[in-house]
Amino acid sequence: MARKDIDYSKYLRLEYIPHIWCPGCGHGSIMKSIIRAVDELNLDKDKTVLVSGIGCSSRIVGYMDFNTLHTTHGRALAFATGIKLARPELNVIVASGDGDATAIGGNHFIHACRRNIDITLIVFNNFIYGMTGGQYSPTTPVGSYASTSPYGNIDPSFNICRLAEAAGATYVARANVYSIAQADNFIKKGIQNKGFSVIEVITHCPTYYGRKNKLKTPADNLRWQKEVSVSIHRAKKMTPEELEGKIITGEFVNKSEEEYTEKYERLIIEKAQGKI
Amino acid sequence: MIERYEIRFAGSGGQGIITAGIILGEAAAIYDEKFAVQTQSYGPEARGGASKSEVIIADVPISYPKATHPDLLVALNQESFDKYSKDVKEGGIVIVDSDYVKVPEEVEKKFKIYHIPIIETARNEIGKIFVVNIIFLGAVQEITGIVSHDGLEKAILNRVPKGTEELNMKAYEAGIRLAKEVK
Amino acid sequence: MKVKESKFISGNEAVAYGAITAGCRFFAGYPISPSSEIAENMSYLLPKYGGKFIQMEDEIASIGAAIGASIAGKKSMTATSGPGFSLKQENLGFACMAEIPLVVVDVMRGGPSTGAPTSPAQADILQSRWGTHGDHPIIVIAPTMVQEIFFEVIRAFNLAERFRNPVVLLIDEINGHMRAKVDIVDESEVEIWHRPKPENPVGWKTPYKRNEELVPLMPDFGDGARFNITGLDHSETGFPTGDPKVRQQLHYYLRDKIEKNKDKMIKSEYLNTEDAEIMVIAYGSTARSAMRAVEVLRSEGVKVGLFRPITLYPVPEKEIFEVCENVKKIVVPEMNLGQYVLEVERITKGKIPISKVNRTDGEPITPEQIIEAIKD
Repeated sequence: MARKDIDYSKYLRLEYIPHIWCPGCGHGSIMKSIIRAVDELNLDKDKTVLVSGIGCSSRIVGYMDFNTLHTTHGRALAFATGIKLARPELNVIVASGDGDATAIGGNHFIHACRRNIDITLIVFNNFIYGMTGGQYSPTTPVGSYASTSPYGNIDPSFNICRLAEAAGATYVARANVYSIAQADNFIKKGIQNKGFSVIEVITHCPTYYGRKNKLKTPADNLRWQKEVSVSIHRAKKMTPEELEGKIITGEFVNKSEEEYTEKYERLIIEKAQGKI
Repeated sequence: MIERYEIRFAGSGGQGIITAGIILGEAAAIYDEKFAVQTQSYGPEARGGASKSEVIIADVPISYPKATHPDLLVALNQESFDKYSKDVKEGGIVIVDSDYVKVPEEVEKKFKIYHIPIIETARNEIGKIFVVNIIFLGAVQEITGIVSHDGLEKAILNRVPKGTEELNMKAYEAGIRLAKEVK
Repeated sequence: MKVKESKFISGNEAVAYGAITAGCRFFAGYPISPSSEIAENMSYLLPKYGGKFIQMEDEIASIGAAIGASIAGKKSMTATSGPGFSLKQENLGFACMAEIPLVVVDVMRGGPSTGAPTSPAQADILQSRWGTHGDHPIIVIAPTMVQEIFFEVIRAFNLAERFRNPVVLLIDEINGHMRAKVDIVDESEVEIWHRPKPENPVGWKTPYKRNEELVPLMPDFGDGARFNITGLDHSETGFPTGDPKVRQQLHYYLRDKIEKNKDKMIKSEYLNTEDAEIMVIAYGSTARSAMRAVEVLRSEGVKVGLFRPITLYPVPEKEIFEVCENVKKIVVPEMNLGQYVLEVERITKGKIPISKVNRTDGEPITPEQIIEAIKD
């Protein structure tokens, strides 16, 4: 997507800014990326709902000028499912963190993928629980340090995109804050997809993850993202050994399947009312 | 005027015990315009295990919905008979399956006991074991008159699966006939 | 009242039919004994009325989806039993805090833990009041008769909408599974309330601005207001606040919304209470055993009465105080080890002896047990 001059303030609640994110946090870049995607698609703000759970990323709902809902930890997708079923004409976007989406909300994550309900989930993956002080999450790399892994993390991490793919999401992509323009495009395509979309954006937490893992400055983190990222096209030509420790970016799934609320209308409501 | 008439059906899971309670209750409450409540008990073990259904019928509103001293017990197997016959009101009515329940002599005198080949009739005369409950409902109607013949017929037709109406009516009439034979 | 149809149905089925008449158009649930028939009936009925049913992946997601649908404007319900009610508590608290109309049905069974899935109990009385963390407003209704369940579900929706608050409807395995004749009526035959909203929602920036009943005037999502809802302490704007004054005021509002309107929420039934020397206080299906006990003893000339709170919370404090003022003894039967009796003790301040009749063996309390306690 070509960058153009857009008035970000059109989508922001300036009265609630400055935001609570730490200096150097990557989350603001993702917020701007969402704005560019929404602006490109010309979504009606009144008909757009942004839902989140708990955590740093989840605070985004306070800053964006949509119908916004800040729910309980891990449960954003459950609330969003109710909203979408109740009013299918609304555009429903969910913002979540790695812990929120794949630990406490992991069950909702796989089932939302399975149903293929028209919701766009954006996972802000910073490999850590930032809000609570830097504990390890389901995506913290093995060997990394966190406030609850002082001897190094031994838990294997989830590959969020592969999880979404296996569970049935119809659009799945990964980008990073370092090359954020790619995220603009993926978020846009995710919203356009009539079905469940997962866009994982690799972001960073210099405050907790970075400090404990020799990535102290924001620039260190961005440099790290650049170094470990491999595009899906290049990855296809690499051996598993070469891919060790790398993060693949790109589109993993982009397919068309009947969306849940449409299927509900067609197969349940019409049948119950004797129309078919 | 019936102040309170307590009914208990007992047998094994799959014999339609609970459905029988619902049909009888519906006949009384909806078609005969009496007061009726139906309760049941089954455990997680009751898939094939013991099954019990109770109906209270009255001409006045019903307070306590459970049977404590039934006026009528239908027991389809020995276990149900042994467990529940002692609760039956002195002189109450007990309908048992003649092939599956043996009634001790001293008990025989305490109640009005009717021995009816319910399961045998379902299996051989009607040819479908699932009509066991409709056969004993026919017997209950004939022996007690607690619900009207027409009311019970309507309730049966309302509750049985589509396409089985004729079969169930045959079972209903068989139950009435068997009861007449032993009355 | 014009009866649309009379059906011989269970309490669980009556919940579903009552919800439809009340205008419920969304249900999310998860299978659990002994409440599953509510979900089954909603899955059948809702689509006929253009509503939606969804079986979610767990109990937590069920209440989450139900709250979401309510935020988007649908009258919404979920149903469960003990263990599932425990799981729903966090999101129940969210709905209390965010002031989202919602009906939660708990068909009580034995506990703690898995307890007795197909046996009756009144195990969740205190959980229904205090299950979620933090001081929170809640309305709890415990109907007795099957027909009453139908109408109390409608009342539950009316209270949920009118006061923008979750309402818990407590029934149990006995009256949930018990069948009786239920007269089903259409919405035109009953009073129906809708949630308070601003006259013109477009551009509305104060979703927690309150009406004279202290209820927020909140638009639905998609109405054109673009506001924020959060479980954090928030101001009139719906945005989080750290201002101690605003936070304290919010908590007072939540408390006072119930406290100042409780006469509109409380409903009770009196049976032979006028000249009673002994008062039985019973609710839910246990009240039927108490009715029988009173019937039997009155025929023997014993001056006993029954006070039956249909709304358990807010507690009918004035009503309990007055009905017990001149009695010599109070009997409180409950299928638990003594929960609502704590409220009775609090209100009567230990001035009147209270006899507790309790049972947690999965069997109903019999009229004989209550008679014994009255005579004792």
